[in-house]
Amino acid sequence: MLSNSKIFFKLLLFLLLAAALLFAAGCSREAASDSEPENGVDDETPGVVKITDRIILATTTSTYDCGLLDFLNPLFTEKTGIEVQVISQGTGAALETGARGDADVLLVHDRKSELKLVEEGTFIDRYDVMYNDFIVVGPAEDPAGVDGVASAVEAFNLIAAGEDIFVSRGDDSGTNRMELRLWESAGIDPEGQDWYLSIGQGMGDTLRVADESMGYTLTDRGTYIAIFDSVELVIALEGDPALFNQYGVMAVNPKEHPHVKYNYALLYIEFLMSDEGQNLINSFQVNGERLFFPGYGLK
Amino acid sequence: MANHEEFLIELKGIRKYYDREVLHVEQLLFKKGHVYGVIGPSGAGKSTLLRIINLLTPPDSGTLLFHDRPIPANGAGRLAIQRKMTLVFQKTLLFKDSVRNNVAYGLKARGFPRSVIDERVGSLLKQVGMTDLAARRADTLSGGEAQRVTIARAVAFEPELLLLDEPTANLDPGNVELIEEMITKLARNKAITVVMVTHNVFQARRIADQVIFINQGRIVEMGPTEKIFSAPDHENTRLFVEGRMVY
Amino acid sequence: MSRLFEGIIEAFRLIITLNPALLQIVSLSLRVSGMAVVIAALIGIPLGALLGLKPEKKTRLLNKIIFTFMGMPPVVAGLIIYLILSRQGPLGVLGLLYTPTAMIIAQVFLASPIVIGLTMIGIRARGCDVEEMARSLGAGSVLIAWTVIMESRFAILGAIITGFSRVVAEVGAVMIVGGNIAGHTRVMTTAIVLETRKGNFELAIGLGLILLIISFIINSGLYSIQKGGKNG
Ligand SMILES: Nc1ncnc2c1ncn2[C@@H]1O[C@H](COP(=O)(O)OP(=O)(O)O)[C@@H](O)[C@H]1O
Ligand SMILES: [Mg+2]
Repeated sequence: MLSNSKIFFKLLLFLLLAAALLFAAGCSREAASDSEPENGVDDETPGVVKITDRIILATTTSTYDCGLLDFLNPLFTEKTGIEVQVISQGTGAALETGARGDADVLLVHDRKSELKLVEEGTFIDRYDVMYNDFIVVGPAEDPAGVDGVASAVEAFNLIAAGEDIFVSRGDDSGTNRMELRLWESAGIDPEGQDWYLSIGQGMGDTLRVADESMGYTLTDRGTYIAIFDSVELVIALEGDPALFNQYGVMAVNPKEHPHVKYNYALLYIEFLMSDEGQNLINSFQVNGERLFFPGYGLK
Repeated sequence: MANHEEFLIELKGIRKYYDREVLHVEQLLFKKGHVYGVIGPSGAGKSTLLRIINLLTPPDSGTLLFHDRPIPANGAGRLAIQRKMTLVFQKTLLFKDSVRNNVAYGLKARGFPRSVIDERVGSLLKQVGMTDLAARRADTLSGGEAQRVTIARAVAFEPELLLLDEPTANLDPGNVELIEEMITKLARNKAITVVMVTHNVFQARRIADQVIFINQGRIVEMGPTEKIFSAPDHENTRLFVEGRMVY
Repeated sequence: MSRLFEGIIEAFRLIITLNPALLQIVSLSLRVSGMAVVIAALIGIPLGALLGLKPEKKTRLLNKIIFTFMGMPPVVAGLIIYLILSRQGPLGVLGLLYTPTAMIIAQVFLASPIVIGLTMIGIRARGCDVEEMARSLGAGSVLIAWTVIMESRFAILGAIITGFSRVVAEVGAVMIVGGNIAGHTRVMTTAIVLETRKGNFELAIGLGLILLIISFIINSGLYSIQKGGKNG
């Protein structure tokens, strides 16, 4: 009974203030260790890298979710002491993030837009860093009869003709942009059709929705392989040159955004384009499969 | 003429309006050591009068003098005067805290040392027969107990002026007697000036030595209790104290 | 079904073995949301008390605005803070986007209206009476404010906890302004989104479970203090 609650409340207010102070102290401790001189490296536990600075990489879910960047970036950090902070979005959002100056370096896959933005001066130092391909996946029963067809446009035509479910990312990502170009080539406007589900989500979610709704979708090979064992979708079409998927790496132009860490961005680009970086990309495997191929795909 | 030192508080030309004029007091003087009973029908402006004296409601015009000096509009001077009086509200309100801490509140506000607080609170609780309940959460008390604590809390810091707004309105006869006893004892022993609003004319007659009759925001008559009850100047006063006034 | 079951088993394994990645995420979540609520309380309790002591008539428009902000979708809050903190925004020079500080700012923006609104409601019930009582007993302005707040402590505690529950469980705002950077701005909710997208349901469910457990602990604490509503 008593006035326990009053004492409790006072204690709570006190704790809140104490927490605020502790948090502030925690922050400043962090800041202090940031500004320690370089030579402190020797004291570090072996294997723990001394972080001296950070860059922000805006990229797509397809490079991040499969684990490629978790594989590459620590090696870069070990070499340079620069931590890479990854923001993974759709390609459209990633390009916008970069264009606003909120990132330092980009790794995306919409070559046409990338080249245009480089021309406009938003980004510089663009390189074709790696490629893989898109595939069309769908239910094993293959209701649209896509199996055996050679081109993606033809497959899309079959899906539309049979009014079979097609799940679109609908998020202005690189994959989404590629998909819309294919519909355009097929002369079909799927927007608003009953069988066309535009869900506005990432690749992993889109595959999951396609899986649950027994539909087809266009996916990059990497994401499909990465989550291959948690869905029942099978590859319906692959190998069409039109489905070639080129990734580019580029820096935000420091002339547009003087605050960006352009030098570090260049270091990162250099790392990815070096023999070592290219070999690493080539060696990266998920579920026993290679996901990305170094360099430029269409020679 | 009475010694000026005895003029505790004086109201001059005080008016208060809400949707209409609810109080208009040309002049009213409270002297030290008296027990005033304020009577009048409901809505007459009795509570408003107490609230204005306690500096809780600002009047729309007029001045308040404390020991013959005008009360500052704000600042430490005003607080110092406010600390010399207190109001026990019509509606009992105790803090959600122990009985002991409730009684100690005014003492703590005035920065009394701990030892003085403990001693005074202890003796007061004894006087009102609540020593056993000192640690109880005050909002779990019965109506009579709660009102006893309210009054103990109000007198703990020995104010010069104790304002009471219908302190026994919702109590059973036993508790009414107890509270009335407390009030008279306090006024006598501690020389606290008491202004008690009551709608119960018999209570005014029992406790007060001066009675003020208010009707429709105006003081109709004021004088020694005996005179008001036996030979009032006004017809309305007579009707009211005889319980016959229709309103 | 077995997937869910496996997920729960794995979740408990991660929790019991104090998986470092998990601990890091949980600790950041608690730090960000805790800090946001501390700031929201420092802003919201005095403001809510101030509004609660004013007559309802005078604050009607403000009340409506506050109640609207109480229901603000987190993504909208995130978007607004993003546009402010982005390099091209008015506070872009501070370089706060994609930091825990940005997440705290967004969550303060979400939690403050809740603390203000619920404190105001709690105090309005008897705040004015308490204020006058304290004044009449000789309290100075600081003690009056303290007394008013202490008298509404159960309502205010509820306000703080409601605010915390809301921000610790929201994903929209922290995702946008924090960027879900591993080891830096990744919190429980954004990690759940990511791990679900990646098909790592075990970690996702583990985090979901921890979120529920934290919520349970906090709310049962609140419940026992308020004694299921008896302590008004
Ligand atoms: N805060 C207020 N707002 C509007 N009218 C009020 C307020 N307080 C009192 N009144 C009005 O003033 C008149 C006198 O009230 P009050 O002093 O409480 O009377 P009493 O205490 O004698 O019953 C009543 O008509 C009452 O309705
Ligand atoms: Mg009254």
